[in-house]
Amino acid sequence: MNNLVLPVALPLVAAGVSMALLGRLRAQRVLAVATSTATLGIAVWVFVSVESTGTMTTVGGGWEAGIGIALVADRLSAILLLVAETMLLGVLVFAMGQRGTDRATRFFHPTYHVLAAGVALSFLTGDLFTLFVGFEVMLMASYVLLGVGAEGERVRSTMTYVVVNLLASVLFLTTIALVYAAAGTVNIAELAGRIGVLPEALRALLGGMTLVVFGIKAAVFPVFSWLPDSYPTAPTPVTAIFAGLLTKVGVYAILRTQAVLFPSEGPSTLLLVVASGTMLVGVLGAIAQSDVKRILSFHIVSQIGYMIMGIALFTLAGIAGAVLYIVHHIVVKTTLFLVGGLIESEAGTGILDRIGGLARSAPVIGLLFAPAALSLAGLPPFSGFLAKYALIRAGVEADQWIVVGVALAVSLLTLYSMAKIWAGAFWGDEQRDAATARPPTRPMVLATGGLVLVGLVVAGLAGPLYEFAERTAAGLLDPGAYVQAVLGG
Amino acid sequence: MIVGLAVLAGLLFAVGTHLVLQRMLSRILIGLAVLGHAANVALLASSGRAGAPPLDGVGADAAADPLPQALMLTAIVITFGVLAFLAALAYRSWALTGSDRVEDDVEDRRIAASGGEVEA
Repeated sequence: MNNLVLPVALPLVAAGVSMALLGRLRAQRVLAVATSTATLGIAVWVFVSVESTGTMTTVGGGWEAGIGIALVADRLSAILLLVAETMLLGVLVFAMGQRGTDRATRFFHPTYHVLAAGVALSFLTGDLFTLFVGFEVMLMASYVLLGVGAEGERVRSTMTYVVVNLLASVLFLTTIALVYAAAGTVNIAELAGRIGVLPEALRALLGGMTLVVFGIKAAVFPVFSWLPDSYPTAPTPVTAIFAGLLTKVGVYAILRTQAVLFPSEGPSTLLLVVASGTMLVGVLGAIAQSDVKRILSFHIVSQIGYMIMGIALFTLAGIAGAVLYIVHHIVVKTTLFLVGGLIESEAGTGILDRIGGLARSAPVIGLLFAPAALSLAGLPPFSGFLAKYALIRAGVEADQWIVVGVALAVSLLTLYSMAKIWAGAFWGDEQRDAATARPPTRPMVLATGGLVLVGLVVAGLAGPLYEFAERTAAGLLDPGAYVQAVLGG
Repeated sequence: MIVGLAVLAGLLFAVGTHLVLQRMLSRILIGLAVLGHAANVALLASSGRAGAPPLDGVGADAAADPLPQALMLTAIVITFGVLAFLAALAYRSWALTGSDRVEDDVEDRRIAASGGEVEA
């Protein structure tokens, strides 16, 4: 019934209460942890019920299906919601442990709640316009998290971030106007039935516009340059949650719209080119960097390419691989950024030339970094290997050798760049910026450790997860059940 | 009517795009506002022909389509909010740097400073 409203409404109410508690940090923290835990519990419940009884829907305001605002949880939404809420809780604990994050900015907790609500709304919504609203709620919170208390360089990068995203939002709005003018509805389930009867050229235009809009939000080649520019300047917990969730909401939107609304006959050449470009440019950018957070930011771009590759193949195996990859990536990327934060905190800076010897002085950080980094590079037995294996096998099955070659080469370069962080930060002579170094607190290490464990669980459950991803992909490629669940009948 | 709205939306898109491509932050800001208006006009145009207010008693054929107007209202509020934030940010940038110009990209500046050779 109304349960799908809860993951959105609960954080929003908490944001209001948290605003009223401004200045009372302890109360804000208790509220934040309680809300985040409760939302995670709801996400688990949604996941379990979707898996056992199929797609769930809630239509707002007691309207009939197709008129009121519909919230829909199918397998894709359910798994992403579950992973997202887990990350939100983990990063929250990290943020409370880090000196300065929620102390320096009194608005951290209310804004963080709003961000959580926006992410949940984006994953759960059943129509394009509410997707726009979800995006905006999430982005508005991200502007504040990135911009409040900013000085110097951070003001400039926040500006880039806001302008690019606002521009994409305006384009999104225009796309919605065109879709409504052409099909007379913005409900995704209704559109699935109507978009097919539109003239070929119009369909291509609408499909292309959605791709551009969500491409900007997901930071794919050639519209990615805002990301490595703005992410690294924020405090660690903020960057970590942005890295894990925001661009993935864009990828989710691409997956949802391309699969359900604009299905292609076979592999889409355009998307394959975009995917290869994204993988290559991202990883080459990462290699040229010498700061931990900047390296990791370029890797986000590179990894997005893998997800797009799965969507581009447009086979059951390809989409299943993409779903598995998104889940793996959200966990691993968030973890890596938190480890990057631990390195910065321990050594005082993230610039690799100025640090070293952490393997001896802080072996725990090395222990947390290794599994996450190897997983990102795609080494067995970690989750990255399994997700990449699924994607590459799908590529081979579809005879797309070029993109498979690119994916393998980029994997090697990713390993090289992870080795560079390892060699720079953990090996060599002990070296640190003593003026700014402050050893990480216990909650920071515990939160990071918790997320590393989640990553290992993803790897351990890879078999069932892949089967789940295949069922998800089947549901996306044949949206009949989804449409029926939303529109009734 | 629809043609008029379409032409207006196109004009606003053109003006907005021109302004966004400028170097001054204040012009970019106004450009984004104009682009927002353009998108809203496009939304309005998508509702089809104008009609009577959709109140009880007005037939479905005679009434205007209320949905795009509801969407527009939401979109206006959202764009307004983001623009207000951006204006505050632009003011902060001006207060910090004393200039309204958008600076070059960090990487570009690094490359320019190193005389075209980037250190690894």
